[in-house]
Amino acid sequence: MQMMSYREALREAHREALAADPRVFLMGEDVGRYGGAYAVSKGLLAEFGPERIRDAPLSELGFVGAGVGAALGGMRPIVEVMTVNFSLLALDQVVNNAALLRHMSGGQCSVPLVIRMATGAGRQLAAQHSHSLENWYAHIPGIRVLAPATVADARGMLAPALADPDPVVIFEHAQLYNLEEELPEDWRCDIARAAVRREGTDLSIFTYGGSLPKAMQAAAALAEAGISAQVVDLRVLRPLDGAAIAAAVAKTHRALVVDEGWKSGSLAAEVMARIVETSFFDLDAPPARVCSEEVPIPYARHLEEAALPQADKIVAAARRLVNA
Amino acid sequence: MNATLSPELGLTLLTDMLRIRRMEEKCAELYGEGKIRGFLHLYIGEEACATGALHALEAQDNLVATYREHGHALLRGVPMATIMAEMFGKATGCCRGRGGSMHLFDASRRLYGGNAIVGGGLPLAVGLALADKMQGVARVTACVFGEGAMAEGAFHEAMNLAALWRLPVLFCCENNLYAMGTALERSESQTDLCAKAASYGLPTGRADGMEVEAVLTATRGLAARVRAGEGPAFLELQTYRFRAHSMFDPDLYRDKAEVEKWKARGPIQSYSARLKAAGHLTEEAFLALDARVAEEVAAAVAEAEAAPLEPVADLLRDVHTEAAPCK
Repeated sequence: MQMMSYREALREAHREALAADPRVFLMGEDVGRYGGAYAVSKGLLAEFGPERIRDAPLSELGFVGAGVGAALGGMRPIVEVMTVNFSLLALDQVVNNAALLRHMSGGQCSVPLVIRMATGAGRQLAAQHSHSLENWYAHIPGIRVLAPATVADARGMLAPALADPDPVVIFEHAQLYNLEEELPEDWRCDIARAAVRREGTDLSIFTYGGSLPKAMQAAAALAEAGISAQVVDLRVLRPLDGAAIAAAVAKTHRALVVDEGWKSGSLAAEVMARIVETSFFDLDAPPARVCSEEVPIPYARHLEEAALPQADKIVAAARRLVNA
Repeated sequence: MNATLSPELGLTLLTDMLRIRRMEEKCAELYGEGKIRGFLHLYIGEEACATGALHALEAQDNLVATYREHGHALLRGVPMATIMAEMFGKATGCCRGRGGSMHLFDASRRLYGGNAIVGGGLPLAVGLALADKMQGVARVTACVFGEGAMAEGAFHEAMNLAALWRLPVLFCCENNLYAMGTALERSESQTDLCAKAASYGLPTGRADGMEVEAVLTATRGLAARVRAGEGPAFLELQTYRFRAHSMFDPDLYRDKAEVEKWKARGPIQSYSARLKAAGHLTEEAFLALDARVAEEVAAAVAEAEAAPLEPVADLLRDVHTEAAPCK
């Protein structure tokens, strides 16, 4: 096993995909000469050339739509959007074209497109670079939504996403790019299934993306206090792995959802609704959640920290839940 | 007659305009009977644009169109009965009843919709052309849109990308002077659309969209440049719709006199008059042609009427390639 960063794992996944299939290319703002806003594609321009590591002008709607068209035309584009906030400029092409074309054409058109973007807060980038809008995309039939939270998943999610004949949106949490972990021998990823990251018996913590390390930290702290928390990394945000959610609730009888999105209309709300629908009689207490405060993410460090889910908030919520 | 056009091609152009016209007149009637529902945007008056432009393209070219695309789909070769069945919401429709009037697709004929987001097709066309260029395929992607789309950001982003990357896109603006009810001069600071497009450094052309031969000639000229690898081009076809924007539109925003003035330049009547004057068409031959087209329309309607509905059990198919995973 080797140590690898989340960023390097993503880069390796790109390198492998580009080498394996001439239809694959990467397109986005500053992916080439600059090396990627988060340095994911650093070095790939020299290796694969400007046609396949394609710098695009600041035209999110244009180049995401061009990715949809290129996918229709037989290519396997990976489109990088700098952040989820910027992706709103391209939302029309994702929601009204990529997600709909197969159904609206009666099954004639495939859009094998992968869109990657950074998401999330924690780097004092203020409100227009820090939001978590994964749930906006997870609402849409016709697209698959993934959130790698480990180095292994950063390494393993791209290949199956490219093999998917339908559009896939991958959310990379900006706080995770520097995460270093051992890359396991088998890093291949099933992009239909959630992953249990820690076994436990007293409650289940459901989370994804940048909140996973916080949930793991909280679970470790809870263990010291004698509370055994299971941690489930949802990782596939659409379609949600309902069976994994139900199995964890059946085992632990208590459910806490941690989501960096705002509470109202959140993925956390969807997970809780499913638990209530399918696992109500397995529950020993009402499900609970820790979400971001309902405020645009502020710049100042102490305010930003206060706005986000943190390990201590998760610990407190878990204690309340177990004592309920 | 243009000296370079054969009488046979002339008659084909006339026939195709007539097929669009008669098909759509029937659609309006069927809408009144409740057989077709939803939005129905008629192309009546604009037939010379699709007819001239599509006859200048090759079968292997890509076509991206708008929600006013019945004529484009028909001339791409989608059978009239398949179009009609789609509007009836039947299983034999080109999109199995998922698309309707605004979303006619035929991937086998490289028709990529039927896009009902104004400007939504332009970035798509850029991507199709990018795929062709990267795969070394010499093909033109024709992207049809209205002048209303030129106020959208998507227009500028698509033009810039296509010109920057020298992609084989023929941007084909059917300027019918009204974006739904908003006149061109009330939506564009620059009403010279070719001047606006030319700022991206690509060749532009303008043709009288009421004259099918003018459209054909202009499209051929620009398509040849695009096909030769010169990069994208922009074509403005100046036209007019004789009917309301959609079946919901009371048409209150334009003078009846203006509509009548344009109707006097109707593309079918003016072209049949030209063919007659050139000795290529008689009134009897025109009536016989019209009768044959009427038969095609009647057969298409009968086939659509008789076609089965898609089973509700198949509601969730084609959301994903695999059976619907979202339960």
